[in-house]
Amino acid sequence: MITGEQKPIEEIRGMVEPYKRILVLGCNSCVAECAAGGEKETGMLASALRMAAKMAGKESVIQERTLDRQCVKEFIIRIDDIVDQYDAILSLACGAGVQAVGDMYPEVPVIPALNTEFLGETKEQGYWVENCLGCGDCMLHQFGGVCPLARCSKQLMNGPCGGSKGGVCEVRPDLPCAWQEIIDRLEHFGELERLEKIVPPKNWSKKNSSGPRRIVREDQKR
Amino acid sequence: MKEMSRLKTVLEKGTFAVTAECGPPKSADPETVLRKGDLLKGKVDAVNVTDNQTAIVRMSSMAACTLLKSAGMEPVLQVVVRDRNRIALQSDILGASALGIRNVLCLSGDHQSFGNQPQTMGVFDLDSIQFVQAVRTMRDQGLIIGGEKLNSGPELFIGAAANPFADPLPFRVVRLAKKVAAGAEFIQTQCIYNLERFEAWMQMVRDRGLADKVAILGGVTPLKSARMAKYMKEKVSGMDIPDRIIQRMEKVPPEKQREEGISICVETIERLKKIPGVKGVHIMAIEWEDAVGEIVERAGLLPRPS
Repeated sequence: MITGEQKPIEEIRGMVEPYKRILVLGCNSCVAECAAGGEKETGMLASALRMAAKMAGKESVIQERTLDRQCVKEFIIRIDDIVDQYDAILSLACGAGVQAVGDMYPEVPVIPALNTEFLGETKEQGYWVENCLGCGDCMLHQFGGVCPLARCSKQLMNGPCGGSKGGVCEVRPDLPCAWQEIIDRLEHFGELERLEKIVPPKNWSKKNSSGPRRIVREDQKR
Repeated sequence: MKEMSRLKTVLEKGTFAVTAECGPPKSADPETVLRKGDLLKGKVDAVNVTDNQTAIVRMSSMAACTLLKSAGMEPVLQVVVRDRNRIALQSDILGASALGIRNVLCLSGDHQSFGNQPQTMGVFDLDSIQFVQAVRTMRDQGLIIGGEKLNSGPELFIGAAANPFADPLPFRVVRLAKKVAAGAEFIQTQCIYNLERFEAWMQMVRDRGLADKVAILGGVTPLKSARMAKYMKEKVSGMDIPDRIIQRMEKVPPEKQREEGISICVETIERLKKIPGVKGVHIMAIEWEDAVGEIVERAGLLPRPS
């Protein structure tokens, strides 16, 4: 899923300062799973902003709504009937959601309430980790199911650097060395010989060398 | 005919090679480089010029190499993949050869989070092994990545680094084998203080037949003080300093610790000379270039072949 974290409240207040009528718009998909932008967080943020406005003696209308998905047109149009009432939308979606809403209602400024972080996994309650770059050319089978591009600090494709010690990365003591994990997994599968082969340079054109990526599926079109 | 790598010639003749390190300054002043170079002239076969080491912005390695070359020294251009994509890396390789630089050391580079630009984007488009392979293919086949032909290839003696002290030990030799298969012709190792571990690694290197395929230069760094030794052990990644070395430094009074550091370094070189497969030594006297002369003299490595 896509993870995000709410920006500091002071930063959010600064961004919405010029506006009187604000729609705080949550998203019940990925950002709800990572407890940053779902219905609950949207309600709490709207309350906090209302309270702050009141304390500051500022006249404002701050209302909330949460969509099932902010990145899909069919869901976004559910605010069609109310969007005219607002000077701005404060979106708690990921960057894709913020932009999708903005594309739908170009006359209303859409302000991001979250910092979109990464494509990751919920390791446990309150703990999310990045483990995929979305590189467009998955090579996980070569690395025992552990991605060195996402999880090695230097994106090494041919084995651990000289900073791997006791299974820990040199960059941070709380960071496992991805390459130690790869070696351990391949050893378990009896596939250590995979490491003897030189992995050639990555084809990054599948990720980001020719503008924003698109997927076009004729069979899915209506 | 193109000028050859002196380092390569020394190694081919079977002479125990000596290289040292020169860190470019955090300045645009050429004199600093030339002054450091002057301390090393005649004491070593080639001088490694670091590439923004510890991820701190400094004068470029290419420029400092050129300055040293103009002063009659043989530079080894260090190039890290941290700061350049494959276009810039290959371009710098061509440029280095055009400037008469004849040795290159292909490295990953210290992670950007350790330096003075922690907000930068680390590039890591290629890793060090892919980079070695790219340089070797440029030189031997005249082809760049993707297969396009060069009108004239670079003339470079190709090196890489190895850290015998990082984990996991068995994979350290696999990684060396990959570097050799990629085209590395010489290897400079991480600083050696734990000789037992280094010897165990060298045994594995010989067992895999790698000692005949690549020239291994053992890395040494003279310790300036017991404090430096402790700092390196605790803070510098990939460093393995046994407690007995630290205790030995602590036993001498502070004003004699530099001398003790040099003695340890000389003794290490004496041991390295006896290890089969070790073809030379790489002295990294960090901001202490004037120690190199004494070290090579006491280790019986002077005069250097002309």
